[in-house]
Amino acid sequence: MNKKNSILKGNAVYVFLSIMVGFAVGAILLLVAGLSPGEAYGKLVDGIFGQTKYIVWSIVYASPLIFTGLSVAFSFKTGVFNIGAEGQFVVGSLAACVVGIVVKAPAAIHVVLCILAAIIAGGLWGAIVGVLKVKRGVHEVLSYIMFNWIAFYLSNYVVNLKAIHRSGGGEATKDIADTAKMKLPDAVVAATRCGAANWGIFLAIGAAVLIWFIMNKTTLGYQLRAVGFSKSAAEYGGINTSKNFLIAMSISGGLAGLGGAVQVLGMSGRISQFASQEQFGFQGITVALIASSNPIGCIFAGLFYGAMKYGGTKLSLVNAPAEVVDIIMGTIILFIAISHIFKMIVAKRLHKKEEDK
Amino acid sequence: MDVLIKDLGLLINAMLIATPPLLLAALGSCFSERSGVINIGIEGMMTIGAFTGAVAAYFTGNGWLGFLCGGLAGAAFGLIHAIACVSFGADQTIAGTAINFLAPGLAVFLCKALFDNSSDSPALDTAAKLPKMFNGVFKSGSFFYNVLCTYPVAYLCFALAILIWFVFYKTKFGMRLRAVGEHPQACETLGINVFRTRYVCVILSGFLAGLGGAFVTLATVSQFRPSVIVGQGFIAIAAVIFGKFDPVGSMKACLLFGFCNGVKALLGGSNVVSPNLISMIPYIVTILALVLFVGQSRVPAANGKPYMKSK
Repeated sequence: MNKKNSILKGNAVYVFLSIMVGFAVGAILLLVAGLSPGEAYGKLVDGIFGQTKYIVWSIVYASPLIFTGLSVAFSFKTGVFNIGAEGQFVVGSLAACVVGIVVKAPAAIHVVLCILAAIIAGGLWGAIVGVLKVKRGVHEVLSYIMFNWIAFYLSNYVVNLKAIHRSGGGEATKDIADTAKMKLPDAVVAATRCGAANWGIFLAIGAAVLIWFIMNKTTLGYQLRAVGFSKSAAEYGGINTSKNFLIAMSISGGLAGLGGAVQVLGMSGRISQFASQEQFGFQGITVALIASSNPIGCIFAGLFYGAMKYGGTKLSLVNAPAEVVDIIMGTIILFIAISHIFKMIVAKRLHKKEEDK
Repeated sequence: MDVLIKDLGLLINAMLIATPPLLLAALGSCFSERSGVINIGIEGMMTIGAFTGAVAAYFTGNGWLGFLCGGLAGAAFGLIHAIACVSFGADQTIAGTAINFLAPGLAVFLCKALFDNSSDSPALDTAAKLPKMFNGVFKSGSFFYNVLCTYPVAYLCFALAILIWFVFYKTKFGMRLRAVGEHPQACETLGINVFRTRYVCVILSGFLAGLGGAFVTLATVSQFRPSVIVGQGFIAIAAVIFGKFDPVGSMKACLLFGFCNGVKALLGGSNVVSPNLISMIPYIVTILALVLFVGQSRVPAANGKPYMKSK
């Protein structure tokens, strides 16, 4: 686990270089495919910043990613790798969607009920894996991956239930009730000209600040970080590591679940049958890595990824495949993952220089 | 009785189509995991194998050549994983996650670049797919027709599982790769090249996963689609854990999971049991196995730990 943490202590220089390499690899691929990188990247930038509504759309895309990023970052700090954010996000969005369809309640209360359901569902999904780890010694990465797919098929199962499935065309659920939607006031929506403008980003910023506070200013946060830093040392210092793993994995799951609620209540309003994983959780891993697991950094990293995702949808206008965004992001993760060896080399050199003096 | 035998034939036929991709990828996973490198990039390597296999067969008209190209494409991503994890000591789970972005992204990217912005490759002619054996020997629809008139690769991969078991436990290379996964420091002092052994194993894991992916497009689906693999790579990983990181154990697990897929394929549209619930079985079984037999499915000791030569 120490290795994991040392990777995560990456500084901005390496992250920045990794992002540059990512764009360079994307550009090379575009060239190979006979497309102009200048044109494609130009379209990407224009598709994000060209109009006010584009910027708002980018923020809408970013909000759920900030949550999954926070979820992964929070788990990293405790020395757990929450590769299960994907599944927690799915059960969170599923719970929010079902409550949004089935329950009848006044507007403000309905939204809160949906959000609570999502947090509980995601939290439980994470807690089960925590219990398996603590009680039975099952490696969490393995069970997270299994639970991702169980969530995937569970969602597809529920989407097809008669009471939930929409009548008429489309492999999707009914729309959630208007009372469950997280839309911003009509005047604001009209001003931004983005129909999906919602409260998600404010929730995300609030959550990031809260997580930063818990991590750095509370006893719980201190204990969680101690466990992440060295499990045996924390145990020796009288910290109940099992309890802390459970708490961390539940909170991490709850955050991802909340991200799912933001996606359903804020943007999509329903869940479609999955053909493949939607990747919100895996994209959260990228967000956490770019942010070096800093909760406040997750806001900016999430905005970056959200913008890339939204801008990527415009690439087809210049006949460039949107998948170039996946390739850029994959390259960024790969280079952040291998950058720690350069950090070690640099540290060694610096150390030697000091000794020579 | 006749109906029963016929149904059994159909079930075996479905299993023989569902199992090979899982088994090939699982055998690949065995190589990587036993040498001490976690490879969750198997899913992505299968996807790039599925794409490359379909495209190579489309342009050459030769299914076998496509199959091989699928394996090589997987091996290329195995090499990337090896460079990151073995030479650079990257966190193996994170590097695997990166592969799962890169490989499927590249597959769909190239597909769109080659085929006029379509994320599906053109459908393959029967001639460009993998060939079946015993053509015209048995009466269509009979038990033997269903069991034997299938892809030779389906039978070959079971033989391969036994061969790999033999390599693991009866050859010097197998002994070394297992040792490297348990205690790399000790191996280094005995003169075993840890880096080289791990490189070979991780590239092999990519190659086999690529073959598994290519089987899907060259036998079952007849074209590449972005959703052609969904989760099969992860089922393969589950099978390896369930099979206690052993080639033959993994084969048994793959047969069980292939059986689930076979049942799902047979039930098809009928509403007896939701196919989504059947799809969950491999994952639930694996969780149960991990809970009930904890300790028995022992992860190789050095798994996930980057090894750096001490100077």
